[in-house]
Amino acid sequence: MDGSNDFRWPEDGLTRIPDWIYTSEEIFARERDRIFLGPTWNFIALEAEIPEPGDFKRSYVGDVPVIVTRDKDGTIHAFENRCAHRGLEFCRALRGNASEFICPYHQWMYGLDGRLMAVPFRRGDRGKGGMPADFDMSDHGPRRLNIATRHGVVFASFSDAVEPLEDYLGPETLEHFDVVFANRKLKVLGFYRNRLNGNWKLYHENLKDPYHATLLHVYLATFRLMVAGQKSAMFVDASGRHATAASAKDDSAEIGEDTAAEMKNAFRDDMALEDAEFIRFVPEFDSPWTVTMQTIWPNLIVQRELNTLGIRHIVPRGPHALDMYWTMFGYEDDDADMTRHRLKQGNLMGPSGYLGVDDNEAIRFVQDGLRRSVSDEGIVMLDPENEGGTDTLISEASIRALYRHYREVMGL
Amino acid sequence: MSTNLSSAEARDLRFEIEEFNTEYARALDALEVERWPDFFTEDGFYRVTARENADAGMPVGLVWCEGRAMLRDRAAAIRKTMVYAPRWMRHMISNVRVNGIDADGAIEAEASYLILETLMEDETRIFQAGQYRDLFVRTGEGLKLRSRDCIYDSHLIPNDMVYPA
Repeated sequence: MDGSNDFRWPEDGLTRIPDWIYTSEEIFARERDRIFLGPTWNFIALEAEIPEPGDFKRSYVGDVPVIVTRDKDGTIHAFENRCAHRGLEFCRALRGNASEFICPYHQWMYGLDGRLMAVPFRRGDRGKGGMPADFDMSDHGPRRLNIATRHGVVFASFSDAVEPLEDYLGPETLEHFDVVFANRKLKVLGFYRNRLNGNWKLYHENLKDPYHATLLHVYLATFRLMVAGQKSAMFVDASGRHATAASAKDDSAEIGEDTAAEMKNAFRDDMALEDAEFIRFVPEFDSPWTVTMQTIWPNLIVQRELNTLGIRHIVPRGPHALDMYWTMFGYEDDDADMTRHRLKQGNLMGPSGYLGVDDNEAIRFVQDGLRRSVSDEGIVMLDPENEGGTDTLISEASIRALYRHYREVMGL
Repeated sequence: MSTNLSSAEARDLRFEIEEFNTEYARALDALEVERWPDFFTEDGFYRVTARENADAGMPVGLVWCEGRAMLRDRAAAIRKTMVYAPRWMRHMISNVRVNGIDADGAIEAEASYLILETLMEDETRIFQAGQYRDLFVRTGEGLKLRSRDCIYDSHLIPNDMVYPA
Protein backbone atom coordinates (compact mmCIF):
# COMPACT_ATOMS: atom_id res chain seq x y z
CA MET A 1 0.00 0.00 0.00
CA ASP A 2 2.93 2.34 0.72
CA GLY A 3 3.58 4.80 -2.09
CA SER A 4 0.05 4.67 -3.45
CA ASN A 5 -2.32 7.61 -3.49
CA ASP A 6 -5.25 5.29 -3.25
CA PHE A 7 -5.79 5.07 0.48
CA ARG A 8 -9.15 3.46 1.11
CA TRP A 9 -10.26 2.76 4.66
CA PRO A 10 -11.57 -0.84 5.06
CA GLU A 11 -15.26 -1.23 4.31
CA ASP A 12 -16.05 -2.43 7.83
CA GLY A 13 -15.38 1.09 9.07
CA LEU A 14 -14.09 2.05 12.50
CA THR A 15 -13.75 -1.49 13.78
CA ARG A 16 -10.84 -1.89 11.34
CA ILE A 17 -7.59 0.05 11.20
CA PRO A 18 -5.52 -0.24 8.02
CA ASP A 19 -1.78 -0.83 8.46
CA TRP A 20 -0.81 1.99 6.09
CA ILE A 21 -1.75 4.71 8.57
CA TYR A 22 1.23 3.49 10.62
CA THR A 23 3.70 2.75 7.84
CA SER A 24 3.19 5.15 4.92
CA GLU A 25 5.54 8.13 4.41
CA GLU A 26 2.79 9.82 2.44
CA ILE A 27 0.32 9.51 5.29
CA PHE A 28 2.96 10.80 7.69
CA ALA A 29 3.48 13.89 5.50
CA ARG A 30 -0.28 14.45 5.42
CA GLU A 31 -0.43 14.15 9.23
CA ARG A 32 2.28 16.77 9.51
CA ASP A 33 0.33 19.23 7.35
CA ARG A 34 -3.18 18.59 8.58
CA ILE A 35 -2.61 17.70 12.23
CA PHE A 36 0.64 19.07 13.67
CA LEU A 37 0.77 22.18 11.45
CA GLY A 38 -3.02 22.36 11.28
CA PRO A 39 -5.64 23.72 13.68
CA THR A 40 -4.41 21.89 16.78
CA TRP A 41 -2.84 22.99 20.06
CA ASN A 42 0.51 21.28 20.58
CA PHE A 43 2.26 21.01 23.93
CA ILE A 44 5.66 22.76 23.87
CA ALA A 45 6.68 23.45 27.50
CA LEU A 46 5.79 23.76 31.13
CA GLU A 47 6.12 27.30 32.42
CA ALA A 48 8.12 25.84 35.32
CA GLU A 49 10.84 24.93 32.80
CA ILE A 50 11.29 28.58 31.79
CA PRO A 51 10.47 30.52 34.96
CA GLU A 52 12.81 33.51 34.50
CA PRO A 53 12.95 36.24 31.83
CA GLY A 54 15.34 35.11 29.10
CA ASP A 55 14.85 31.40 29.83
CA PHE A 56 14.44 29.28 26.75
CA LYS A 57 14.16 25.63 25.71
CA ARG A 58 14.35 23.71 22.46
CA SER A 59 11.06 22.03 21.69
CA TYR A 60 9.01 20.54 18.85
CA VAL A 61 5.62 20.88 17.22
CA GLY A 62 5.24 17.54 15.50
CA ASP A 63 8.74 17.02 14.12
CA VAL A 64 9.33 20.76 13.55
CA PRO A 65 11.97 22.23 15.89
CA VAL A 66 10.87 25.36 17.74
CA ILE A 67 12.34 27.58 20.44
CA VAL A 68 10.20 28.49 23.44
CA THR A 69 11.22 31.62 25.34
CA ARG A 70 10.11 33.82 28.18
CA ASP A 71 10.51 37.47 27.28
CA LYS A 72 11.69 40.25 29.60
CA ASP A 73 8.08 41.13 30.40
CA GLY A 74 7.20 37.50 31.15
CA THR A 75 5.43 36.84 27.84
CA ILE A 76 5.98 33.39 26.37
CA HIS A 77 6.91 33.10 22.70
CA ALA A 78 7.58 30.23 20.33
CA PHE A 79 9.13 30.41 16.89
CA GLU A 80 10.70 28.08 14.41
CA ASN A 81 14.29 27.15 15.19
CA ARG A 82 15.43 28.28 11.75
CA CYS A 83 17.41 31.27 10.62
CA ALA A 84 15.49 33.40 8.10
CA HIS A 85 18.68 33.76 6.07
CA ARG A 86 20.06 30.32 5.20
CA GLY A 87 17.81 28.08 7.24
CA LEU A 88 20.18 27.03 10.03
CA GLU A 89 18.67 25.38 13.07
CA PHE A 90 20.60 27.89 15.13
CA CYS A 91 19.65 27.17 18.75
CA ARG A 92 21.53 24.01 19.72
CA ALA A 93 21.37 24.14 23.53
CA LEU A 94 18.58 22.13 25.14
CA ARG A 95 17.77 25.00 27.45
CA GLY A 96 19.36 28.12 28.88
CA ASN A 97 19.02 31.83 29.44
CA ALA A 98 19.71 34.45 26.78
CA SER A 99 18.97 38.07 25.96
CA GLU A 100 18.93 37.32 22.22
CA PHE A 101 19.79 34.55 19.75
CA ILE A 102 22.59 34.92 17.25
CA CYS A 103 22.82 32.53 14.32
CA PRO A 104 26.48 31.46 14.20
CA TYR A 105 26.75 31.39 10.40
CA HIS A 106 26.38 35.12 9.61
CA GLN A 107 25.42 36.44 13.04
CA TRP A 108 21.86 37.40 12.24
CA MET A 109 20.34 38.32 15.58
CA TYR A 110 16.87 37.53 16.87
CA GLY A 111 15.03 38.81 19.91
CA LEU A 112 13.37 36.64 22.53
CA ASP A 113 10.15 37.14 20.54
CA GLY A 114 11.78 35.67 17.42
CA ARG A 115 11.88 38.96 15.52
CA LEU A 116 14.93 39.74 13.41
CA MET A 117 16.86 42.53 15.16
CA ALA A 118 20.15 42.87 13.34
CA VAL A 119 21.86 41.84 10.10
CA PRO A 120 25.64 42.45 10.03
CA PHE A 121 26.86 44.56 7.10
CA ARG A 122 23.30 45.30 6.10
CA ARG A 123 24.51 48.53 4.47
CA GLY A 124 27.61 46.79 3.10
CA ASP A 125 31.22 47.64 3.73
CA ARG A 126 32.50 51.08 2.74
CA GLY A 127 29.67 51.58 0.30
CA LYS A 128 29.91 48.17 -1.38
CA GLY A 129 27.73 45.12 -1.04
CA GLY A 130 25.05 44.82 1.62
CA MET A 131 21.35 44.19 1.45
CA PRO A 132 19.09 45.96 -1.08
CA ALA A 133 18.04 49.39 0.21
CA ASP A 134 14.44 48.28 0.64
CA PHE A 135 15.31 45.23 2.79
CA ASP A 136 12.96 45.39 5.76
CA MET A 137 13.89 43.28 8.77
CA SER A 138 10.26 43.05 9.83
CA ASP A 139 9.51 41.08 6.64
CA HIS A 140 12.02 38.40 7.61
CA GLY A 141 12.27 36.10 10.58
CA PRO A 142 11.40 32.60 11.75
CA ARG A 143 7.74 31.65 11.69
CA ARG A 144 6.17 32.63 15.00
CA LEU A 145 3.54 30.42 16.59
CA ASN A 146 0.35 31.24 18.42
CA ILE A 147 0.59 30.52 22.15
CA ALA A 148 -2.00 29.52 24.72
CA THR A 149 -1.37 28.52 28.31
CA ARG A 150 -3.47 26.92 30.99
CA HIS A 151 -2.25 26.63 34.58
CA GLY A 152 1.40 26.67 33.58
CA VAL A 153 1.13 24.33 30.59
CA VAL A 154 2.18 25.97 27.31
CA PHE A 155 0.64 25.04 23.97
CA ALA A 156 1.46 26.38 20.51
CA SER A 157 -0.20 26.35 17.12
CA PHE A 158 1.02 27.16 13.62
CA SER A 159 -2.60 27.75 12.64
CA ASP A 160 -4.50 31.01 12.98
CA ALA A 161 -7.76 29.10 12.53
CA VAL A 162 -7.39 27.06 15.71
CA GLU A 163 -10.19 27.44 18.25
CA PRO A 164 -9.49 28.77 21.77
CA LEU A 165 -7.53 26.25 23.89
CA GLU A 166 -10.38 25.64 26.34
CA ASP A 167 -12.79 24.86 23.50
CA TYR A 168 -10.16 22.68 21.84
CA LEU A 169 -9.67 20.59 24.99
CA GLY A 170 -13.33 20.46 25.98
CA PRO A 171 -14.85 20.15 29.46
CA GLU A 172 -14.25 16.37 29.70
CA THR A 173 -10.49 16.93 29.33
CA LEU A 174 -10.25 20.13 31.35
CA GLU A 175 -11.84 18.58 34.44
CA HIS A 176 -9.04 16.04 34.88
CA PHE A 177 -6.29 18.29 33.50
CA ASP A 178 -7.07 20.91 36.13
CA VAL A 179 -6.83 18.36 38.96
CA VAL A 180 -3.11 18.13 38.19
CA PHE A 181 -2.31 21.72 37.24
CA ALA A 182 -4.84 24.21 38.62
CA ASN A 183 -4.10 24.64 42.26
CA ARG A 184 -0.42 24.14 42.98
CA LYS A 185 2.80 25.43 41.44
CA LEU A 186 4.86 22.76 39.74
CA LYS A 187 8.40 21.82 40.64
CA VAL A 188 10.31 20.04 37.87
CA LEU A 189 12.16 16.94 39.12
CA GLY A 190 13.90 16.05 35.86
CA PHE A 191 13.70 14.56 32.40
CA TYR A 192 13.69 11.23 30.60
CA ARG A 193 14.01 10.78 26.84
CA ASN A 194 13.59 7.65 24.80
CA ARG A 195 13.10 6.69 21.18
CA LEU A 196 10.32 4.19 20.55
CA ASN A 197 10.37 2.16 17.40
CA GLY A 198 6.69 2.59 16.67
CA ASN A 199 4.27 4.98 14.99
CA TRP A 200 3.33 7.96 17.18
CA LYS A 201 -0.39 7.14 17.08
CA LEU A 202 0.25 3.78 18.74
CA TYR A 203 1.19 5.68 21.89
CA HIS A 204 -2.22 7.39 21.96
CA GLU A 205 -3.94 4.09 21.25
CA ASN A 206 -2.07 2.35 24.04
CA LEU A 207 -3.46 4.81 26.58
CA LYS A 208 -6.94 4.70 25.06
CA ASP A 209 -6.87 0.91 25.41
CA PRO A 210 -7.61 -0.02 29.02
CA TYR A 211 -8.05 -3.66 27.95
CA HIS A 212 -4.26 -4.13 27.79
CA ALA A 213 -3.69 -2.66 31.23
CA THR A 214 -5.11 -5.66 33.03
CA LEU A 215 -3.36 -8.18 30.79
CA LEU A 216 -0.01 -6.90 29.51
CA HIS A 217 0.97 -5.32 32.82
CA VAL A 218 1.57 -8.29 35.09
CA TYR A 219 2.94 -5.85 37.65
CA LEU A 220 -0.35 -3.91 37.81
CA ALA A 221 -2.38 -7.06 38.25
CA THR A 222 -0.05 -8.85 40.65
CA PHE A 223 0.13 -5.89 43.01
CA ARG A 224 -3.56 -4.98 42.51
CA LEU A 225 -2.81 -1.54 41.15
CA MET A 226 -5.40 -2.11 38.46
CA VAL A 227 -7.59 -5.09 37.78
CA ALA A 228 -10.87 -5.57 36.00
CA GLY A 229 -13.61 -5.01 38.56
CA GLN A 230 -11.98 -1.99 40.16
CA LYS A 231 -13.72 1.28 39.47
CA SER A 232 -12.55 2.73 36.18
CA ALA A 233 -13.76 4.90 33.32
CA MET A 234 -12.74 6.47 30.04
CA PHE A 235 -13.76 10.07 29.42
CA VAL A 236 -13.69 11.31 25.83
CA ASP A 237 -14.37 14.81 24.50
CA ALA A 238 -17.01 15.52 21.85
CA SER A 239 -14.45 15.50 19.01
CA GLY A 240 -13.18 12.07 20.01
CA ARG A 241 -9.51 13.08 19.87
CA HIS A 242 -8.74 13.49 23.59
CA ALA A 243 -9.30 10.93 26.32
CA THR A 244 -8.78 10.44 30.04
CA ALA A 245 -8.33 6.91 31.33
CA ALA A 246 -9.25 6.94 35.01
CA SER A 247 -9.13 4.29 37.67
CA ALA A 248 -9.46 4.12 41.43
CA LYS A 249 -7.17 1.86 43.40
CA ASP A 250 -9.19 -0.03 45.94
CA ASP A 251 -7.27 -2.43 48.14
CA SER A 252 -10.48 -3.89 49.54
CA ALA A 253 -12.06 -4.69 46.18
CA GLU A 254 -12.86 -8.35 45.80
CA ILE A 255 -11.70 -9.93 42.59
CA GLY A 256 -14.38 -12.31 41.44
CA GLU A 257 -13.59 -15.85 40.34
CA ASP A 258 -14.58 -15.10 36.75
CA THR A 259 -12.29 -12.05 36.57
CA ALA A 260 -9.44 -13.98 38.12
CA ALA A 261 -9.87 -16.78 35.60
CA GLU A 262 -9.67 -14.37 32.63
CA MET A 263 -6.54 -12.79 34.11
CA LYS A 264 -4.84 -16.02 35.15
CA ASN A 265 -1.78 -15.30 33.03
CA ALA A 266 -1.41 -11.80 34.45
CA PHE A 267 -1.16 -12.75 38.13
CA ARG A 268 2.05 -13.93 39.71
CA ASP A 269 1.09 -15.67 42.92
CA ASP A 270 4.75 -16.31 43.70
CA MET A 271 5.56 -12.62 44.03
CA ALA A 272 5.36 -10.20 46.91
CA LEU A 273 7.03 -6.83 47.19
CA GLU A 274 9.62 -6.59 49.95
CA ASP A 275 9.22 -2.81 49.99
CA ALA A 276 5.59 -2.09 49.13
CA GLU A 277 5.67 1.36 50.68
CA PHE A 278 6.56 3.02 47.41
CA ILE A 279 3.28 2.15 45.68
CA ARG A 280 1.24 3.61 48.52
CA PHE A 281 -1.13 6.38 47.40
CA VAL A 282 -0.89 9.58 49.40
CA PRO A 283 -4.24 11.37 48.88
CA GLU A 284 -3.60 14.88 47.56
CA PHE A 285 -6.08 15.46 44.74
CA ASP A 286 -9.65 16.69 44.54
CA SER A 287 -10.70 13.68 42.47
CA PRO A 288 -12.27 10.26 43.06
CA TRP A 289 -9.60 8.76 40.76
CA THR A 290 -6.17 7.65 41.96
CA VAL A 291 -4.91 7.37 38.39
CA THR A 292 -5.69 9.50 35.34
CA MET A 293 -3.79 9.15 32.10
CA GLN A 294 -4.73 11.82 29.60
CA THR A 295 -4.09 11.64 25.88
CA ILE A 296 -4.28 15.19 24.59
CA TRP A 297 -4.23 15.30 20.82
CA PRO A 298 -1.88 15.40 19.10
CA ASN A 299 1.29 15.34 21.19
CA LEU A 300 0.74 15.34 24.96
CA ILE A 301 0.24 12.73 27.65
CA VAL A 302 -0.51 13.86 31.20
CA GLN A 303 0.39 11.20 33.72
CA ARG A 304 -1.11 11.15 37.20
CA GLU A 305 -0.26 7.64 38.36
CA LEU A 306 -0.87 7.64 42.13
CA ASN A 307 1.67 10.27 43.26
CA THR A 308 4.05 10.11 40.33
CA LEU A 309 3.33 12.97 37.95
CA GLY A 310 4.66 13.87 34.58
CA ILE A 311 4.00 14.95 31.08
CA ARG A 312 5.13 13.12 27.98
CA HIS A 313 5.77 15.11 24.83
CA ILE A 314 5.48 13.07 21.64
CA VAL A 315 7.91 14.01 18.86
CA PRO A 316 7.12 11.88 15.79
CA ARG A 317 10.17 10.81 13.78
CA GLY A 318 8.65 9.55 10.57
CA PRO A 319 6.08 6.74 10.43
CA HIS A 320 8.21 4.18 12.25
CA ALA A 321 9.51 5.99 15.34
CA LEU A 322 8.72 8.57 17.95
CA ASP A 323 10.82 10.31 20.54
CA MET A 324 9.25 10.67 23.94
CA TYR A 325 10.35 13.59 26.09
CA TRP A 326 9.24 13.15 29.67
CA THR A 327 9.18 15.92 32.27
CA MET A 328 8.61 14.57 35.75
CA PHE A 329 7.40 16.95 38.42
CA GLY A 330 5.99 17.45 41.88
CA TYR A 331 4.74 20.61 43.52
CA GLU A 332 6.63 23.51 45.04
CA ASP A 333 4.99 22.93 48.42
CA ASP A 334 6.04 19.26 48.60
CA ASP A 335 8.16 18.50 51.65
CA ALA A 336 11.30 16.38 51.37
CA ASP A 337 9.43 13.15 52.22
CA MET A 338 6.83 13.77 49.51
CA THR A 339 9.50 14.50 46.89
CA ARG A 340 11.27 11.30 47.87
CA HIS A 341 8.00 9.37 47.65
CA ARG A 342 7.41 10.69 44.13
CA LEU A 343 10.96 9.79 43.09
CA LYS A 344 10.60 6.24 44.43
CA GLN A 345 7.21 5.83 42.79
CA GLY A 346 8.80 6.99 39.54
CA ASN A 347 10.01 3.39 39.18
CA LEU A 348 6.54 2.54 37.85
CA MET A 349 6.76 4.66 34.70
CA GLY A 350 9.34 5.90 32.23
CA PRO A 351 11.80 4.13 29.94
CA SER A 352 12.79 1.74 32.74
CA GLY A 353 9.44 1.64 34.52
CA TYR A 354 7.78 -1.52 35.76
CA LEU A 355 4.86 -0.58 33.49
CA GLY A 356 6.73 1.62 31.02
CA VAL A 357 8.94 -1.14 29.66
CA ASP A 358 5.93 -3.33 28.88
CA ASP A 359 4.26 -0.56 26.84
CA ASN A 360 7.39 0.39 24.94
CA GLU A 361 8.03 -3.21 24.00
CA ALA A 362 4.40 -3.82 22.99
CA ILE A 363 4.43 -0.75 20.72
CA ARG A 364 7.64 -1.94 19.06
CA PHE A 365 6.18 -5.42 18.58
CA VAL A 366 3.08 -3.89 16.95
CA GLN A 367 5.18 -1.82 14.54
CA ASP A 368 7.28 -4.87 13.65
CA GLY A 369 4.10 -6.81 12.90
CA LEU A 370 2.56 -4.02 10.80
CA ARG A 371 5.60 -3.30 8.70
CA ARG A 372 6.71 -6.86 8.04
CA SER A 373 3.57 -8.94 7.62
CA VAL A 374 1.36 -9.52 4.58
CA SER A 375 -1.95 -9.06 6.39
CA ASP A 376 -3.04 -5.43 6.23
CA GLU A 377 -5.49 -4.45 8.97
CA GLY A 378 -6.15 -4.73 12.69
CA ILE A 379 -9.42 -4.94 14.58
CA VAL A 380 -10.79 -2.75 17.39
CA MET A 381 -14.21 -4.20 18.12
CA LEU A 382 -14.49 -4.32 21.93
CA ASP A 383 -17.46 -2.65 23.62
CA PRO A 384 -19.52 -2.17 20.42
CA GLU A 385 -22.28 -0.17 22.16
CA ASN A 386 -19.94 2.77 22.72
CA GLU A 387 -17.85 5.09 20.57
CA GLY A 388 -16.07 7.42 22.97
CA GLY A 389 -16.39 7.27 26.74
CA THR A 390 -17.13 4.04 28.58
CA ASP A 391 -17.07 2.61 32.07
CA THR A 392 -15.50 -0.76 31.40
CA LEU A 393 -11.84 -1.63 30.97
CA ILE A 394 -12.76 -4.17 28.33
CA SER A 395 -13.24 -1.58 25.63
CA GLU A 396 -11.75 -0.05 22.49
CA ALA A 397 -14.51 2.56 22.20
CA SER A 398 -12.18 5.53 22.60
CA ILE A 399 -9.78 4.25 19.92
CA ARG A 400 -12.71 4.19 17.51
CA ALA A 401 -13.67 7.73 18.57
CA LEU A 402 -10.12 8.91 17.81
CA TYR A 403 -10.18 7.38 14.34
CA ARG A 404 -13.57 8.90 13.56
CA HIS A 405 -11.91 12.28 14.15
CA TYR A 406 -8.69 11.29 12.38
CA ARG A 407 -10.48 10.14 9.24
CA GLU A 408 -12.35 13.45 8.99
CA VAL A 409 -9.18 15.51 9.37
CA MET A 410 -7.12 13.31 7.06
CA GLY A 411 -9.83 12.89 4.42
CA LEU A 412 -9.66 9.10 4.68
CA MET B 1 36.25 15.11 49.87
CA SER B 2 39.85 14.81 50.94
CA THR B 3 42.42 13.13 48.77
CA ASN B 4 43.85 11.57 51.89
CA LEU B 5 45.33 8.49 50.28
CA SER B 6 48.90 7.65 49.52
CA SER B 7 49.49 6.72 45.90
CA ALA B 8 50.10 3.10 46.93
CA GLU B 9 46.79 2.98 48.82
CA ALA B 10 44.96 4.55 45.89
CA ARG B 11 46.55 2.01 43.53
CA ASP B 12 45.52 -0.95 45.71
CA LEU B 13 42.00 0.40 46.07
CA ARG B 14 41.73 0.99 42.38
CA PHE B 15 42.70 -2.61 41.70
CA GLU B 16 40.18 -3.82 44.27
CA ILE B 17 37.40 -1.71 42.71
CA GLU B 18 38.29 -2.94 39.24
CA GLU B 19 37.88 -6.50 40.51
CA PHE B 20 34.55 -5.51 42.07
CA ASN B 21 33.33 -3.97 38.81
CA THR B 22 34.42 -7.02 36.86
CA GLU B 23 32.28 -9.24 39.09
CA TYR B 24 29.40 -6.73 38.92
CA ALA B 25 29.50 -6.74 35.11
CA ARG B 26 29.86 -10.51 35.06
CA ALA B 27 26.66 -11.00 37.07
CA LEU B 28 24.66 -8.58 34.91
CA ASP B 29 26.05 -9.86 31.61
CA ALA B 30 25.06 -13.37 32.68
CA LEU B 31 21.56 -11.83 33.23
CA GLU B 32 21.71 -13.08 36.83
CA VAL B 33 19.79 -10.10 38.15
CA GLU B 34 19.07 -11.83 41.45
CA ARG B 35 22.79 -11.46 42.33
CA TRP B 36 22.77 -7.75 41.61
CA PRO B 37 21.43 -6.53 45.02
CA ASP B 38 24.27 -8.37 46.80
CA PHE B 39 26.77 -5.85 45.46
CA PHE B 40 25.14 -3.22 47.67
CA THR B 41 24.99 -2.61 51.41
CA GLU B 42 21.65 -3.21 53.12
CA ASP B 43 20.86 0.52 52.84
CA GLY B 44 22.56 0.87 49.46
CA PHE B 45 21.26 3.45 46.99
CA TYR B 46 21.07 3.03 43.22
CA ARG B 47 19.96 5.53 40.60
CA VAL B 48 20.17 5.77 36.82
CA THR B 49 19.75 9.24 35.41
CA ALA B 50 20.63 11.36 32.39
CA ARG B 51 23.64 13.66 32.49
CA GLU B 52 21.16 16.41 31.60
CA ASN B 53 19.57 15.89 35.04
CA ALA B 54 22.80 15.44 36.96
CA ASP B 55 24.26 18.66 35.51
CA ALA B 56 21.12 20.61 36.42
CA GLY B 57 20.89 19.13 39.93
CA MET B 58 17.61 17.39 39.03
CA PRO B 59 17.00 14.37 41.26
CA VAL B 60 14.84 12.16 39.05
CA GLY B 61 15.98 8.66 38.16
CA LEU B 62 14.86 6.19 35.52
CA VAL B 63 15.58 3.76 38.31
CA TRP B 64 15.57 4.84 41.95
CA CYS B 65 16.21 2.17 44.56
CA GLU B 66 16.72 2.83 48.25
CA GLY B 67 17.98 -0.26 50.00
CA ARG B 68 18.44 -3.88 49.07
CA ALA B 69 14.73 -4.64 49.41
CA MET B 70 13.91 -2.25 46.57
CA LEU B 71 16.82 -3.64 44.55
CA ARG B 72 15.49 -7.17 45.06
CA ASP B 73 12.00 -6.02 44.08
CA ARG B 74 13.39 -4.62 40.84
CA ALA B 75 15.36 -7.79 40.17
CA ALA B 76 12.21 -9.84 40.74
CA ALA B 77 10.19 -7.58 38.41
CA ILE B 78 12.81 -7.96 35.67
CA ARG B 79 12.65 -11.71 36.08
CA LYS B 80 8.94 -12.23 36.65
CA THR B 81 6.65 -9.38 35.62
CA MET B 82 8.24 -7.11 33.01
CA VAL B 83 7.42 -8.01 29.41
CA TYR B 84 10.27 -7.56 26.92
CA ALA B 85 11.99 -9.18 23.99
CA PRO B 86 14.99 -11.35 24.89
CA ARG B 87 18.33 -9.54 24.83
CA TRP B 88 21.93 -9.83 25.87
CA MET B 89 23.82 -7.04 27.55
CA ARG B 90 27.55 -6.47 27.94
CA HIS B 91 28.98 -3.98 30.42
CA MET B 92 32.43 -2.58 29.71
CA ILE B 93 33.74 -0.72 32.77
CA SER B 94 36.99 1.23 32.68
CA ASN B 95 38.82 4.40 33.76
CA VAL B 96 38.35 3.60 37.44
CA ARG B 97 39.50 6.49 39.60
CA VAL B 98 39.61 6.60 43.39
CA ASN B 99 38.83 10.13 44.47
CA GLY B 100 39.37 9.79 48.23
CA ILE B 101 37.84 8.81 51.54
CA ASP B 102 34.87 10.77 52.83
CA ALA B 103 34.17 11.79 56.44
CA ASP B 104 32.28 8.52 57.11
CA GLY B 105 35.18 6.45 55.84
CA ALA B 106 33.49 5.57 52.55
CA ILE B 107 35.61 5.32 49.43
CA GLU B 108 34.57 7.71 46.68
CA ALA B 109 35.32 6.41 43.21
CA GLU B 110 34.22 6.78 39.63
CA ALA B 111 34.38 4.76 36.43
CA SER B 112 33.25 5.03 32.84
CA TYR B 113 30.86 2.42 31.51
CA LEU B 114 29.65 1.34 28.12
CA ILE B 115 26.73 -1.04 27.75
CA LEU B 116 26.24 -2.99 24.54
CA GLU B 117 22.83 -4.44 23.77
CA THR B 118 22.12 -7.34 21.46
CA LEU B 119 18.53 -7.97 20.46
CA MET B 120 17.77 -11.22 18.70
CA GLU B 121 18.05 -11.04 14.88
CA ASP B 122 19.58 -7.60 15.24
CA GLU B 123 23.03 -6.03 15.26
CA THR B 124 24.79 -5.33 18.54
CA ARG B 125 24.59 -1.64 19.33
CA ILE B 126 25.88 0.75 21.93
CA PHE B 127 23.02 0.96 24.37
CA GLN B 128 24.40 3.46 26.84
CA ALA B 129 27.57 5.38 27.65
CA GLY B 130 27.94 6.78 31.12
CA GLN B 131 29.77 7.18 34.37
CA TYR B 132 29.40 5.45 37.71
CA ARG B 133 29.76 7.77 40.69
CA ASP B 134 30.26 5.40 43.57
CA LEU B 135 30.59 5.21 47.33
CA PHE B 136 32.09 1.94 48.57
CA VAL B 137 32.33 0.68 52.11
CA ARG B 138 34.40 -2.22 53.39
CA THR B 139 32.37 -4.98 55.03
CA GLY B 140 33.06 -8.51 56.28
CA GLU B 141 32.21 -9.66 52.75
CA GLY B 142 34.56 -7.24 51.03
CA LEU B 143 33.65 -4.01 49.29
CA LYS B 144 29.98 -3.13 48.94
CA LEU B 145 28.29 -0.20 47.26
CA ARG B 146 26.70 2.27 49.62
CA SER B 147 25.71 4.21 46.53
CA ARG B 148 26.01 3.84 42.77
CA ASP B 149 24.80 6.76 40.69
CA CYS B 150 24.78 5.89 36.99
CA ILE B 151 24.93 9.10 34.96
CA TYR B 152 24.43 8.41 31.27
CA ASP B 153 25.51 10.62 28.37
CA SER B 154 23.33 8.84 25.82
CA HIS B 155 20.63 11.36 25.10
CA LEU B 156 17.91 8.95 24.06
CA ILE B 157 17.29 5.57 25.65
CA PRO B 158 16.75 3.19 22.72
CA ASN B 159 13.19 2.00 23.32
CA ASP B 160 13.60 1.07 26.97
CA MET B 161 16.03 -0.02 29.66
CA VAL B 162 15.33 -3.42 31.18
CA TYR B 163 18.58 -4.47 32.86
CA PRO B 164 20.52 -2.27 35.28
CA ALA B 165 23.52 -0.19 34.26
